[in-house]
This record gives sequence, structure tokens and C-alpha cells, in this order.
Amino acid sequence: MSRQSNRTTDSKKMNSELFTLTYGALVTQLCKDYENDEEVNKQLDKMGYNIGVRLIEDFLARSSIGRCQDFRETADVIAKVAFKMYLGCTPSVTNWSPAGDEFSLILENNPLVDFVELPDNHSTLVYSNLLCGVLRGALEMVQMAVDVRFAQDTLRGDNVTEIRMKFIKRIEENLPAGDE
Amino acid sequence: MVIYSVYVVNKAGGLIYQYDNYVPRAEAEKTFSYPLDLVLKHHDEKVVVSFGQRDGIRVGHAVLSINGVDVVGKNTAEGKDTLEYLNDPANYPVSIRFGRARLSSNEKLMLASMFHSLFAIGSQLSPDVGSSGIEMLETDVFKLHCFQTLTGIKFIVLADPRQSGIDALLRKIYEIYSDFALKNPFYSLEMPIRCELFDQNLKGSLEIAEKAGNFGAGS
Repeated sequence: MSRQSNRTTDSKKMNSELFTLTYGALVTQLCKDYENDEEVNKQLDKMGYNIGVRLIEDFLARSSIGRCQDFRETADVIAKVAFKMYLGCTPSVTNWSPAGDEFSLILENNPLVDFVELPDNHSTLVYSNLLCGVLRGALEMVQMAVDVRFAQDTLRGDNVTEIRMKFIKRIEENLPAGDE
Repeated sequence: MVIYSVYVVNKAGGLIYQYDNYVPRAEAEKTFSYPLDLVLKHHDEKVVVSFGQRDGIRVGHAVLSINGVDVVGKNTAEGKDTLEYLNDPANYPVSIRFGRARLSSNEKLMLASMFHSLFAIGSQLSPDVGSSGIEMLETDVFKLHCFQTLTGIKFIVLADPRQSGIDALLRKIYEIYSDFALKNPFYSLEMPIRCELFDQNLKGSLEIAEKAGNFGAGS
């Protein structure tokens, strides 16, 4: 019995270089259009947000992970399952704040920035800001408001790429029934 | 073993997708002569049989078409009131089709939002904290299965009570939604789903579930 849909549970192999090129083309076009690094960062964040709100359903549908009980569990799921599933890398979770509401994801290799070098006139550009938007959008759909930003970036001379995530609050409006 | 319908309800309780897989089996078309031996009355914008039962026509059945032309609510296709039309001996002999009236899309919308509220009541009635909402509703004719995602979308499937594997089917529909609706950049979240690929794949998985009886084994 043949199936109509492609079984995309095993990820279709695609050339990651095409992905890097596509993302690069996107960022350079945004730079040409807006000519202002801050504005480009904002746009990347917005685009990432739109991706995140859709990606979360795909993630939940494929991984069948239940609701996380606390922020530490969320951090583990993001690093070990989500990043692995979508970017093929597993960042480490470190630098927990004393209150347990802030942590860092350290990525050794960021697939978005293969072969990329930032020129001097774009020193404030956060090249991978799309990732921040994705994380923010995805967590908002599961009722968590978070603040995500890049603390260190290999493109700007640091040794590792560090994403800092801070839990702001639980979103109480429109909670799905049964989750109070 | 049949799966009757699929409903998808968004976070706010609005129906964003609906698919009916069944054909009402109880429909009867007969030619009548004056006077009509069934008593008809208006009910909810339709004309239904209130008394009189014969040849497969039961009380509660609605007038579906007259002389082969579908009726529009209480009126015939030409706009005349159906009861008046059938009281006029000049219009006989007439061929009328009776059957169980299908739900209109407005009715489905209303029922979906009502279910959304009842779902919440399910978790509020719980004696213990942390109960889910309504997961299954059973009648003697069908079973309703509901799956709510962590993001608040509900997938509802109405199936034959003996049909198994509905849980796996609900998860599969969630996957199809995340693929063909969400990955379509022209589909806006929370809006009615009008994606052909979604329809096709949904129908395909319903067929597989019906045939297998236990969807998910070996997939």
C-alpha cells in the first residue's frame, strides 16, 4: 500500500551548504534593503518569530514530548532534542543564574555561519539573530515568555557562540484547558 | 468500521477545519399524491416530518429535495415556502426526498465552540488538580475522541465505537497539520485551513486508519 505523503519523519537529506547559502543570501539582501544593522537584527528576529510559532507544532508532533515542569527541563529539551533535530548540533547548557531563570546555550559549531566572515562595517550585525526569534516564538506558543539574545558570537571574535535565554513569565491568557 | 468526521478547533474555540467522511445512509425518495399522509412542520429553518412514518421515512427526517431539486432552508429552490407548496393539490404528484438533515456549517461552528467550552469544564470538574480536558465522548452510535496539543489546538475525530487506533490517528493528523498547513507560508495561524495538500493527506490517513483498524502498527 503506497502512501501519498512523503514520510518526512526521517529528515530528507538536503545539502547543508544550500541552507547556508540561502540564509546568507537572506541576510545580505536584508542588509541591502535596510542599510542599518539594528533594523536588520530586528527583521531577523521577526522572521525567526514567525518560523518559531510554526516550528513548535512540528517539534511537538514529531517528538511527542510532554509539557516541561520547570525551566531546567525546558533548557534540556531545547538543547538535547530541538537543536539536534533541526540543526544537527547539541549545544551545552551552562551558566545558570542563581534564581534558575536564566541560562546559556554554548554552541561549538553554528551551521548558519559556515564559511561566513563579518566585514568591519557590519560590526553590530547579529548574523544568527533568526535563531533568537525562533526560540522566542516557539516558547511563546507553549505559554512561556522568554528573552533570547546572543552573548558571544564567533563571527565577532569570541571563542564560542553563546545564546543567553531568560525566563520572563508564564503567559496566562488563553491557557489551554487543563493546564492551570 | 468508519471514521465519520474530523474537526480542528483553534486556541480561541473557533472551528478551522471540518471534514465529513460519511454518507447518510437513511435517505428515501418517494412519489406522493395529494393529500400527503405525513405531517410536516417547520423546525430550525428546515421542514421536518413531525408525524407519520413509512417506507424508510422517519419522524425527524427533513425534506432534502423536491422533484430532484434541493430545497433551500424552509423554501423550495424557487423561493416558495415548502409547506405551502405541498399543501397545493395542483403541484402533485410530487417526488420528495427525505433524510437526516446534515449539519450546516454555522451549526458546526457553534457546536465546535460549545465543545471547546465543555472541554474546559471537563478539567474543572476534576476532583484532582492537573486533569486534562474531555478526551473521549461516547454515545451508542459514535465515539468522539479529542486531542489537545500543548499549544491549545484541538483535533477531534468522530468514529465508529469499535474503531481502534484513533489515538495514533490523532497524532498523525497533528503531524499532517504541522506539515501541510503550518509549513505553507500562505496559511495564517488560527485561520480556517484551506490547503489542498492538507485535505489530500488527511483523507489518505483516514483511509489507512479505516482499513488497518489499528493505525500505526508497522508504519
